[in-house]
Amino acid sequence: MDKLIQLGSDMARLWAAHGPKYLLGIRNTLILAIAATAIGCLIGFVCGVLNTIPYTKQDPLPKRFLLKLVRVVVRAYVEIFRGTPMMLQAVFIFYGIPYFTDGAVSFKGMSGIWAASLIVVSINTGAYMAESVRGGIISIDPGQTEGAKAIGMNHVQTMVNVILPQALRNIMPQIGNNLIINIKDTSVMFVIGFIEFFAQHRNIVGVNLMYFPSATIEMIGYLTMTLTASFLLRWAEKKMDGDADFQLVQADQLVMAAGTYSHPDKGTPFDEQSREYTGGKGDS
Amino acid sequence: MAEPILEVRHLSKSFGANVVLRDIDFTVSQGDVTTVIGPSGSGKSTLLRCINLLETPTAGEIVFHGKNVAARGADPTAYRAKVGMVFQSFNLFNNMTVLENCMVGQRKVLKRDAETTRKNAMGYLEQVGMAPYINARPRQLSGGQKQRVAIARALAMEPQVLLFDEPTSALDPEMVGEVLSVMRDLANRGMTMLVVTHEMAFARDVSNHVVFMDGGVIAEEGEPARLFNDPQNPRTREFLARFRQA
Repeated sequence: MDKLIQLGSDMARLWAAHGPKYLLGIRNTLILAIAATAIGCLIGFVCGVLNTIPYTKQDPLPKRFLLKLVRVVVRAYVEIFRGTPMMLQAVFIFYGIPYFTDGAVSFKGMSGIWAASLIVVSINTGAYMAESVRGGIISIDPGQTEGAKAIGMNHVQTMVNVILPQALRNIMPQIGNNLIINIKDTSVMFVIGFIEFFAQHRNIVGVNLMYFPSATIEMIGYLTMTLTASFLLRWAEKKMDGDADFQLVQADQLVMAAGTYSHPDKGTPFDEQSREYTGGKGDS
Repeated sequence: MAEPILEVRHLSKSFGANVVLRDIDFTVSQGDVTTVIGPSGSGKSTLLRCINLLETPTAGEIVFHGKNVAARGADPTAYRAKVGMVFQSFNLFNNMTVLENCMVGQRKVLKRDAETTRKNAMGYLEQVGMAPYINARPRQLSGGQKQRVAIARALAMEPQVLLFDEPTSALDPEMVGEVLSVMRDLANRGMTMLVVTHEMAFARDVSNHVVFMDGGVIAEEGEPARLFNDPQNPRTREFLARFRQA
């Protein structure tokens, strides 16, 4: 018990002295994680759509070759960025690009570090999302595509209007996973000097050696961020599912004006349930 | 003789070594209600899917208003917008409400303005008796209701021919009734229809031309009264025997 009280007072002292630093770390972590997840999703969706453009043997050779090439490139991107540590990718890009361009393109200063971090985390997330999106797209009933084709939609229209909204709903849990992973894993960006929540811990304990109390603050901080994220994502999923109920429409002004409206009491010749929406007026 | 809209010429389709359709030939003219009947696996659905180019024919032509739409390099999207299709499994867009289902094609494919689109969609939903349900999502509807919305969605594109692929096969007997009466109503309004069905009564009473398919070929075709009362082909006789007794 004494120890817990001790820990509490140590944490309070740490927070009093370095509170703003922790908060700055949390802010940077959240901005990087959310922005990179969003950009990563976008990359994932583009890759997913490119990967699923259909082609048949009848298509002209250049088209088939191009589509094949696109698939190979996407595949290589996914395998490389999924198959190497993100920490190493950060170093690779941060130092590699200036190396190859003789310093013409480099990540200088704070904004350079931000840019490099955002690029690395985004393309890393994109590699994972590309596979999730592909899974999301093939999980949609082929009937949806056929329905869209049957009313004359092309591939892009079908994707944008019918398939991707449904795929997005199905991969929301995956997007949530990625966001939470990013909140935690952006901590490896300290290797290129990005100042996020965990980097602040290293800075602070470097001065006062209060490792455990600071680590406890970090634990609580990360858990708060991830729990909030998963709560918000669940809420978003609920929102996307729409209402469980729907309202029957009794009379529509527009249709009345169009002259095609028949009074609800009349019912329709096809609808045995037409009595349902006259609100029982038919019984009296 | 009314103007032919759709001519199927020497159509063949095989999946690998499996030949599903062999040299199919027939014509659909303005105002025709053609039904295609036959045992399961005889190629009826494949025929319809070939006509709508959801399957690529192995050989032969689909001639729409004198133009072969199955030719290499022909753009199927513009053609599909003029030929409606109603599926056995409805295939309503699950991410949209009933009204949106009937609007999206007009908006995105026909590029109509919002007001015309809405008015049209409401009109056709009214026609199939689904206007009160515009705010519902497909998962909240019964099978029969879904199929009526699917018909309204196809009609909203103002197609010149409407293809039905066993529209009532996934429905219980009560719902079959409500969908068939919508189709009957359409036929009375002069809609050109090509219907693959197992509803023999519908084929006999509503259509003016019946095609009997067996083993990937047209075994027999003709006017419904003739085909049902006096089938020539022994296969047709066998297939219709049960129905004629009932």
